Amino acid sequence: MAISRRGFLKGVAGGGGLLLVSGIPLADARMSTQLPPHAVGILYDATLCIGCKSCMVNCKEQNSVPGGALYKKGMTAPPYENGGVPGNNGIWDAPQELSGKTLNIVKVYKNGTAEKKDTAVNGYSYFKQQCLHCVSPACVSVCPAGAFRKDPENGSVYYLAERCIGCRYCQLACPFGVPRYEWDSAWPEVRKCQLCRHRYAEGKYAACAEFCPTGATIFGKVVDLRNEARYRLSLKPGTEYDFPIQTVDSTEKSRRPVARYADGVYGLTEAGGTQNIMLSGVSFELLGFRKNIPHFDLPSLTWAYVRKVLWVFAGVFTGGTAIYTFTHRKDKEESHD
Amino acid sequence: MIDTTKYVGPKWGGVINRFMADEYSLSDIDATRYVGTKLGGVINKLLDDTPSKDLGIKMVTPFTLVLVALIGLAAVVAAYRLIFGIGAASNLNDLWPWGLWIGFDVLGGVAMAAGAFLIAGAVYILNWKKYKCIARASILNAFFGYLLAAISITLDVGRSFVIWHPLVMWQVNSIMFIVALHLVLYLTTLGTESSPMVFEKLGWQRALNFVSRIMIGAVMFGVALSLLHQSSLGANYLIVPAKLSPIWYSHLIPYHFLVSAIMLGLAIVSFETLLTGKVFNHKPPRDVVEGLARGVMIVGSVYLVMKVWHLATGPGVGAVLDGSFLGNLYLIEMTVGVILPLFLLSFRSVRTNLDRIFVVDILVILGVLMNRMDVGVFGVSEFASRSGGDYFPSMMETTLTMGMIAFAILGFKLCAKYLPLFPESHH
Repeated sequence: MAISRRGFLKGVAGGGGLLLVSGIPLADARMSTQLPPHAVGILYDATLCIGCKSCMVNCKEQNSVPGGALYKKGMTAPPYENGGVPGNNGIWDAPQELSGKTLNIVKVYKNGTAEKKDTAVNGYSYFKQQCLHCVSPACVSVCPAGAFRKDPENGSVYYLAERCIGCRYCQLACPFGVPRYEWDSAWPEVRKCQLCRHRYAEGKYAACAEFCPTGATIFGKVVDLRNEARYRLSLKPGTEYDFPIQTVDSTEKSRRPVARYADGVYGLTEAGGTQNIMLSGVSFELLGFRKNIPHFDLPSLTWAYVRKVLWVFAGVFTGGTAIYTFTHRKDKEESHD
Repeated sequence: MIDTTKYVGPKWGGVINRFMADEYSLSDIDATRYVGTKLGGVINKLLDDTPSKDLGIKMVTPFTLVLVALIGLAAVVAAYRLIFGIGAASNLNDLWPWGLWIGFDVLGGVAMAAGAFLIAGAVYILNWKKYKCIARASILNAFFGYLLAAISITLDVGRSFVIWHPLVMWQVNSIMFIVALHLVLYLTTLGTESSPMVFEKLGWQRALNFVSRIMIGAVMFGVALSLLHQSSLGANYLIVPAKLSPIWYSHLIPYHFLVSAIMLGLAIVSFETLLTGKVFNHKPPRDVVEGLARGVMIVGSVYLVMKVWHLATGPGVGAVLDGSFLGNLYLIEMTVGVILPLFLLSFRSVRTNLDRIFVVDILVILGVLMNRMDVGVFGVSEFASRSGGDYFPSMMETTLTMGMIAFAILGFKLCAKYLPLFPESHH
């Protein structure tokens, strides 16, 4: 070798040290599992939903302005979908699924004669799909370019298109299957509910809650929403209750009997907890919300791997140097290759 | 050979005939006439194929023409994909965001490159001189494997022109970030490790000295990067416990990927040594191939134990024996890639017969590539189809993948013809 062993060892030690030093900021990089201080979210109570889809219409309207989650430069109208419905001809909006054009969707569950609302057998129920704004979001943790962020204050999970490379790892990682892609675009973006961040910044709140006529969707602080949900669960089915409308602390109420809730609150522990939570009269599994979703923060699964990375470098360089010194002790005099 | 003078007249027919008969050589061209003396001299030196004449590599063969055609088609597909977007070119959808390009080109291509760090480590760090004769070929092979992965991922991401973002917009929680960083660093490392061939040919002694001075460091860097990269491709799937079938999902999936990639890497190096021995006039070194076969046997046994352990502690043996689609895929993958090769290698008559080792290598390669497809494409099918998703690669996806494979084969062949790939054959 043309290089002296001492010089080589010095180089290796220096490189390794540099790696370890540069690794120190890693300690702060781990994702938080705590609810942000002013976390806000949505409580959707399927037993109050009448399936009017006002939330869907207004979600599109309000997010198609600059700053909104559906906005694209030069856009003049909300991005409508005909949903493949025959005879529609693009006259009215008919999305069938969440998509690059639809951030929230109300669907219906039907069984048998579908007579009774909020009943699993021979009944029906509405349900709403949208981003649940995880406390510790998988999409944020997997994005290689930091295009997904979680607001440190209000906890909304949002997207920065200018960073996105379009790898779609967020789609794979999201346990709820929420992020959608603009497959028909040559320069696509990922689309999902961003909790009307642009409206919150103006002192308003999520459009789906503001335009919900029955109080099925209400906006508020996550702590208050959780208490509200737990309180509803504790009430005896049939008793009259003043359900708040639009926001959890609203003075406007709608008095009606409490329905029989099937499961607990959805979103307390799912994927380590979510800021949007749900109540329903039909079990969430029947509504298509999967049962096998882990009840812990998903990013911890990858963190267990990431934290070992620098040690592999350190190990290989120290071990490699030791082995190299040992195996080459005899051909010191040999010329280099 | 067809006599084309019958169809296009004696003048052009004569040229085409001579071309088809491989009577032209790139070394006949004097590049100094076109690009000036300095650059032309360099090109002339590079295109001089006299040192590898004894390998007897013919460039114009029907096979090469097919490869060129496939690469041409793939280039058209790539252009279409870049202009019209990922949705227009592929059958991927919201419930099935990753398909053939990730499953085969990226996961498979990178796994196929694992041979390089093992051979480089064995030669340069462990000082196992016996493997030196295949070091260049296996590093070059890895270089093409990674190039295949890099080009495919560039076309797979929706915004190909900003694929460099992760390099400057760090997000250390992301396995994909680590994968991206490793891809770039390791391609550079492989380029460095391969560069002596080029410098040697050009006679650039100073560059050669410089590379040989940093070689040990580069090899160690390559070993660390490979250990991490092979395992991090598996670690990509750590975050999807609810989506990837429990038949494959495991907290140990990074290690499953690493160990199977090592097994595949050894098999590929052996396969390629034997294959070049078959198609070029070049005798494969027997002791090297036998050593590699022993390696496959040892690593394969470790992998088998890991997989059996996973099955026993995780989904249970019943999960793969229930006749389900995924269960059957698992059984095929394990039988072809692990159980059958280990069974065959347990016979001395197989371990010492180069043709039989060749068959075992092919089995291992098919099995591990199938594993990558199982994890990358089929493993999420239960989740996707329950939500109404469906996926089958489009013609364009398939064409691009085939073009990429053709590119790797042709690239390797060109390098074998124009670079000192098998140093021992020049004695």
